[in-house]
Amino acid sequence: MLTFMASDSEEEVCDERTSLMSAESPTPRSCQDGRQGLEDGESAAQWRSQESEEDHEEEDPDRYVCSGVPGRPPGLEEELTLKYGAKHVIMLFVPVTLCMIVVVATIKSVRFYTEKNGQLIYTPFSEDTPSVGQRLLNSVLNTLIMISVIVTMTIFLVVLYKYRCYKFIHGWLIMSSLMLLFLFTYIYLGEVLKTYNVAMDYPTLFLTVWNFGAVGMVCIHWKGPLVLQQAYLIMISALMALVFIKYLPEWSAWVILGAISVYDLVAVLCPKGPLRMLVETAQERNEPIFPALIYSSAMVWTVGMAKLDPSSQGALQLPYDPEMEEDSYDSFGEPSYPDVFEPPLPGYPGEELEEEEERGVKLGLGDFIFYSVLVGKAAATGSGDWNTTLACFVAILIGLCLTLLLLAVFKKALPALPISITFGLIFYFSTDNLVRPFMDTLASHQLYI
Amino acid sequence: MTAAVFFGCAFIAFGPALALYIFTIVTEPLRIIFLIIGAFFWLVSLLFSSLIWFTTATLIGNKDEPREKYLLIFGVLISVLIQEMFRFAYYKLLKKASEGLKTINPYEKAPSMRLLAYVSGLGFGIMSGVFSFVNTLSDSLGPGTVGIHGDPPQFFLYSGDWIRQHLRGFPTLTLHTDWRREFHHSSPSALGLVSITLFPWQSVQLVNVLQEHFHKSEMIFHSVILFIFRLLSGHFLFDLVGIK
Repeated sequence: MLTFMASDSEEEVCDERTSLMSAESPTPRSCQDGRQGLEDGESAAQWRSQESEEDHEEEDPDRYVCSGVPGRPPGLEEELTLKYGAKHVIMLFVPVTLCMIVVVATIKSVRFYTEKNGQLIYTPFSEDTPSVGQRLLNSVLNTLIMISVIVTMTIFLVVLYKYRCYKFIHGWLIMSSLMLLFLFTYIYLGEVLKTYNVAMDYPTLFLTVWNFGAVGMVCIHWKGPLVLQQAYLIMISALMALVFIKYLPEWSAWVILGAISVYDLVAVLCPKGPLRMLVETAQERNEPIFPALIYSSAMVWTVGMAKLDPSSQGALQLPYDPEMEEDSYDSFGEPSYPDVFEPPLPGYPGEELEEEEERGVKLGLGDFIFYSVLVGKAAATGSGDWNTTLACFVAILIGLCLTLLLLAVFKKALPALPISITFGLIFYFSTDNLVRPFMDTLASHQLYI
Repeated sequence: MTAAVFFGCAFIAFGPALALYIFTIVTEPLRIIFLIIGAFFWLVSLLFSSLIWFTTATLIGNKDEPREKYLLIFGVLISVLIQEMFRFAYYKLLKKASEGLKTINPYEKAPSMRLLAYVSGLGFGIMSGVFSFVNTLSDSLGPGTVGIHGDPPQFFLYSGDWIRQHLRGFPTLTLHTDWRREFHHSSPSALGLVSITLFPWQSVQLVNVLQEHFHKSEMIFHSVILFIFRLLSGHFLFDLVGIK
């Protein structure tokens, strides 16, 4: 029996102790139509009309943090929080690292994603201007347009959620993950095959893409093994990040990254922020946020209870299942169950056993996407320099670590973008302009520090 | 050059560090975090030192060759100083953090200062080595011939070896330094030890730079220093392994 990533919202209780859901800024995944047009080399006018068909944005609910378990003594909670803090950090490090590795590997090898081939409709101003001031102005305008689109979509989604239009939201999510899993995968596979000069006939291609996409849809929106769902979420984040890296002009990309982290901060922390309202509404209704937008490293294991406690734990009345799969990211050699795990002992009638359910941390997919965009842009434009990429990578990981630390302290929804992106931007610009000449000069004289 | 050169040099340079990582660090998440924080501190120290180098270079101007070399040497010395400062700062941070951890989690065994010193030193060293070598490594995958203009053809091999020695030196260094700090409570002695060791290391490299001629003897010299170091600190390393 495999652990299910149950998307039936009724059952799951959103009571992660240390779930860190960083609010992600909504990433407009609906640009696929426009991009399809670009791929076919159609003119701008054509893809503008296609673009108007679907415009979805999903990612908003990605970031939020649920914390607090009802009915638990506060001291125990704090202790256990800190005890598993390091494990949770690593549970997030690994997928973030994997996503970044996929993006950087693709950028460095497949030249398609670094070629300039048009721009998104969301960034209409071109950066091919003669003067620096004009270019800066254009990138700021592009950013404004992009951010306002994102804000509109987020508010739209929150309104839909508030008025319980679940079917609409689910349909929207399904449509966009359909496009990501089939269309973008097809394009990606095509480019990779072209780069390595591997021939593949259409029937094989169709079979591969169909299988990949269908299993992905099932895993993400319905039930499937946790590992597979995590892998698919990482892959679609990487695909989305690659699309952004390709279609965002250079300066606009950096300004957008900065603006998105500011927006993230505002949206999650302000009392009237859309993401915060989304999180609070979800918590009131005791529902999890849509599974297609959150990466969850859940380790769901429950201990059998000597005494049933129907009131507080909701759906977690499952008896102890020894075959329940733990989070695979937990496999760093640590014991499968933490020390506080106690097997059910019905022979102790007077003793009430504590039910331990440990949810992993959750990170919104938009965070993955924007982290990968930063590192990928550093790899693509950092004059082929690996030092810049590495520096951004370490900076992002440290930012994530700090955010998780803050989460453990504040125990509420926190945005995951601001700290990491700030560090990443600082390190990108300083490494590219200051450290690179230093290291190059040192290396050419074979002097190592 | 071929993939063989790439993999060969990569493993020469990073083999021991990778082995240390796999066998001691990967098993515990807390150690991984401290490793990455160590790498981050090294990165910040590099940032500051390259800022200083860059401003000096732009102010003074490095049009002619010898001036560039002197500037570089100055940069290297400043960099060593700043790295030591940051290592000290990291040590202070670790001390505070481990005290904090102890008060919050009384029954969970907090990692010892020695272990943290080892992990942080490894982090420093790995980041330093990777940063210095990864561009050369990626060049080795592409086409080209080494030593076509009369430079030594063993450029890659020697670079890799230097990185390896460098990487092994770092955790030993930090371990030694922090041990001394902990037991003697006097940073001057620790700093003195560090400077005594580091400066001959660096000066040999600088002599090479000034002479523009690569000596095999430097590698031997470095190996000797490293060997002495390991003798001195091996006792503590074994202690650590026992602790684990």
